[in-house]
Amino acid sequence: MADIAHSPAALKRAEAEAAAKPRARGASQARRLAGGGLIDRQKPLSFTFDGKRMSGFAGDTLASALLASGVGLVARSFKYHRPRGVLTAGPEEPNALVELRTGARLEPNSKATTVELFDGLVAKSQNRWPSLRHDVGAVNGALSPLFVVGFYYKTFMWPPKAWEKLYEPAIRRAAGLGSASGVPDPDHYEKAWAHCDLLVVGSGPAGLSAALAAGRAGARVILCENDFMLGGRLLSDAFEIDGRSGAEWAQGAIDELAGMPNVRIMPRTTVFGGYDGGTYGAVERVGDHLPQPSEHQPRQRLWRIVAKRTVDASGAIERPLVFPGNDRPGVMMAGAVRTYLNRFAASPGRRVAVFTNNDDGWRTAQAVLAAGGEIAAVIDPRGVPEAFRMAAAGWRVIEGEVVGTKGTLDALTSVEVADARGGVVTVPCDVLAMSGGWNPAVGLSSFHRGRPVWKDEIAAFVPGKCPTGLTVAGAAKGDLSLGACLQEGFSAGAKAAVEAGLSGSPGEPAQAADEPVAVRALWEVKAPGKAGQKAGQKAFVDFQHDVTADDVRLAQREGFESVEHLKRYTTLGMATDQGKTSNVNGLAILAEAKGEKIPETGTTIYRPPQVPVAIAALAGPNRDEHFHATRLPPSHHWAAKRGAVFVDVGLWKRAQWYPLAHEKDWLESVNREVLAVRNGVGFCDVSTLGKIDVRGRDAGAFLDRVYINTFSSLAVGKARYGVMLREDGFVMDDGTTSRLAEDHYFVTTTTAKAGPVMQHLEFCRQALWPELDVQLASATDQWAQFSVAGLKTRDLLQNLVDPAEDLSNEGFPFMAAREVKLRGGMRARLFRISFSGELAFEIAVPARFGGSLAENLMQAGAAFGVTPYGTEALGTMRIEKGHAAGAELNGWTTAGDLGFGKMMSKKKDFIGRVMAGREELQRPDRPAVVGVKPLNPADRLRGGAHVLPRNAKLGPDTDQGFLTSVCFSPVLGRWIALALVARGRERHGEVVRIYDPLRNGDFEAELCNPVFYDPEGARQRG
Amino acid sequence: MRINCPFCGEREIGEFSYLGDAAPRRPAYAAEGPELAPEAEEAFFDFVYLRDNPAGEMREHWYHGGGCRAWLVVTRNTLTHEIRTTEPAPGAGASERAA
Repeated sequence: MADIAHSPAALKRAEAEAAAKPRARGASQARRLAGGGLIDRQKPLSFTFDGKRMSGFAGDTLASALLASGVGLVARSFKYHRPRGVLTAGPEEPNALVELRTGARLEPNSKATTVELFDGLVAKSQNRWPSLRHDVGAVNGALSPLFVVGFYYKTFMWPPKAWEKLYEPAIRRAAGLGSASGVPDPDHYEKAWAHCDLLVVGSGPAGLSAALAAGRAGARVILCENDFMLGGRLLSDAFEIDGRSGAEWAQGAIDELAGMPNVRIMPRTTVFGGYDGGTYGAVERVGDHLPQPSEHQPRQRLWRIVAKRTVDASGAIERPLVFPGNDRPGVMMAGAVRTYLNRFAASPGRRVAVFTNNDDGWRTAQAVLAAGGEIAAVIDPRGVPEAFRMAAAGWRVIEGEVVGTKGTLDALTSVEVADARGGVVTVPCDVLAMSGGWNPAVGLSSFHRGRPVWKDEIAAFVPGKCPTGLTVAGAAKGDLSLGACLQEGFSAGAKAAVEAGLSGSPGEPAQAADEPVAVRALWEVKAPGKAGQKAGQKAFVDFQHDVTADDVRLAQREGFESVEHLKRYTTLGMATDQGKTSNVNGLAILAEAKGEKIPETGTTIYRPPQVPVAIAALAGPNRDEHFHATRLPPSHHWAAKRGAVFVDVGLWKRAQWYPLAHEKDWLESVNREVLAVRNGVGFCDVSTLGKIDVRGRDAGAFLDRVYINTFSSLAVGKARYGVMLREDGFVMDDGTTSRLAEDHYFVTTTTAKAGPVMQHLEFCRQALWPELDVQLASATDQWAQFSVAGLKTRDLLQNLVDPAEDLSNEGFPFMAAREVKLRGGMRARLFRISFSGELAFEIAVPARFGGSLAENLMQAGAAFGVTPYGTEALGTMRIEKGHAAGAELNGWTTAGDLGFGKMMSKKKDFIGRVMAGREELQRPDRPAVVGVKPLNPADRLRGGAHVLPRNAKLGPDTDQGFLTSVCFSPVLGRWIALALVARGRERHGEVVRIYDPLRNGDFEAELCNPVFYDPEGARQRG
Repeated sequence: MRINCPFCGEREIGEFSYLGDAAPRRPAYAAEGPELAPEAEEAFFDFVYLRDNPAGEMREHWYHGGGCRAWLVVTRNTLTHEIRTTEPAPGAGASERAA
């Protein structure tokens, strides 16, 4: 709450102090008004625009500082490169887009109207060459008949190849927005959650009233304001509330809210989306108003706000008028002119003409006079409204419409006005303030497919069916006048508090008069007769995407009649402003062309985000090495010290091999590791395998139902290999399961399937068989488990395990599993299981001892040349042994395909049994795991190569399978592979063609028994 | 979207994973010998593959993997994502014969 940087009262005080001192600085701000405004004249700020040094004050936006410095031309348009000035004073700005900052922090397409000025700010205009004033691309404007809507669909058709090579790059260079920095973002971003009873979006009169009512009643309130200053329209308008000025009342409200511990005020925070269950997305610009974020602070913070109730008080957006020449610098929104004058004390120009179809435009004329400006004329097709008859006495008022503009690159010189009697008069002026009426900001209220509904009275769409829990109040609802905003905001806040279960008093609503807001729709000015032809000026609907009224009509004539089609064909409303100023005008012109009423034409679907959100904010801290969580096996730090090369396996980092200094490549290291195991002893951290503790009276019965084989018959102290299927009959996972006690099993899964198997077993236990007495607990992270393998394994373990433990083949036979005591007294689990085919044990200790276990294994095996090995050696040895792993358990192989058909019990029900019996899954020509060795031992096999009959013609119909796992076998001295090949089991000894067109592989190989090494299995039982 | 876990309270959707329609129940059949009941395959085909896709309220399985690991039956409106009830799942997929 402390970071409301520029509260109106503080600035008023600063301003009073400043007025007492001589104003030495800021002299270059030729268009800065002498007094007034909510800027801090004590704090001059220096910035550059296109390299030119300028100055402004704290409290300025870049746009207001540019206007105060007399800059009219700020940008070139997207397609025609037309000169453009500042149009609005808010996030709806389509014109004034700049490249902000330099180097790695450069951010293109920043809206000058929302960029808070800071000292040293650097801004550059974009989409122009060589400069903003002399832009070669402006020739596009002269060629505009060529660039009509859909021009690239029509013009650049042939030859087809030229699109990618020639047309598209050329168009992209010519038409576009700013450019990205091209280097990584140096800043830090955060994500956060917040919970509240009431979320209030917007801090104008309605939002402040809602927050006050709910906050007083005791509700937990979050008040989000997009701007850096709270108050909304009260900062720009000269209204009275409760007998005080609007700005003073706003300051009082802010002070009261800031004093409530249950209210959180979040300025510089844009609520960009509404999601299910009262969850809202918001982005807080923590450091965007600083040259670079403060130390230990993020640049932006992405909020997910969970609110029981939400009041959308996001206000209304003024609509431009569509008339020839309406995009020239100097043509501005009437409300924006008022904001620049009153809030920023920046004058867009001295002589202001106002073109309006509603009462609000007349208030801009009053503001111009109050700020010492001159009214060139007020042009209103309705004539003088009754409410302004007194005020307008002495003004030049023309009952008519603007039909053309004249001016320089920087400013207007005059506007052409067609009056009601058919004449055309020229009105000299610097600025034309236009107002086509106000569109309620229907974004947030329409995100759940709520369709806005038409309200004739204000000639605009208002929110229709809102998301659950959301209420719209004030201008956002279409009730534009101040009194209504205050009343509605208050009621909505008080109601939300009651609905959240709070019973405190909301106090009294603030009171203000309801100003006149009458409007008569004017969707497009059609220049009468000669005037229009002579002017020949385009009438823009979408300023950012350069879509004109003629484009809309052309699209309609070409058959793009649906509003969704119009949008995509013309790109109307698809720019970074999301059509906030253009959508309603566009569809009104479409409706007229179709001879429909506006509600019949309807609106497009609204989707979040309603303002652009930086990808960096959405990513938050999850980038680079923090993109996802990293899991480290218990021996990781030990392995890192030994210089292991690591490989990502899911979230895990596993040691892939341990290179020695003299080894020239990975294969040399891996071969050494394999041979060390085969001829001596080695060990490997296998803690990443999933481990599930299964306990209960029915644990055995439960495992019988999830595995194809039987576990209830497994003796205590024994381990067994098991395969589980999915219910559709395909293999899900495999692993060994040990029975540690009558009612206690220890299941292992593959590393990849640890999570899914746990989820599956829980489903079986809870949803399918709740009657079974069985409990599951994940123990993957609790145990450090190492495989110790090789002829000398027993010798090594005898140095580690208490001498009282019998590790002989009789005392600890193959597939035995039990707890043992280590030397020194620690308990460990020992499993006599082998993946490598050698005499092997797996030893498990609590995970925190993993690092020291690795060291102890090195010590215990030092005399036998113990060698740590990584996943590559592990993989090589399992391929040599023909064990199926991830590449074979690929989701579309059956137990039969993998050679486990005989393991499938016929005496019990188990998951997948019935579906595995389907005819298609029993076909004799299904792929089966088979070994492959090239006829020429020098040929290198590669995974994915296809297997075809010898001498077969190439083609999908002769394809019989592919290599799934490939390695160099140091024992056999050649490349070998496992493959899934049709009828593979019957074809051992057959010569086939191995075809790998991507890597120039085409040679002959022999299919063979997949167990290449020690097929009798004598070594692992020794 | 938020789900009110009966064990943990209201939690964000990211803690849960979705399985789908909670209507199918796993068929029970005699499985003591090599021969299966002739209707077993048909019944399992329905159980594994056939699902309704209602526009409106649907009872579906969700797993609170990021919390208590409970399987839940959530009654959700597929048009609005509004959740009417959240119950623990015990037995929700069990065969009617067994139950």
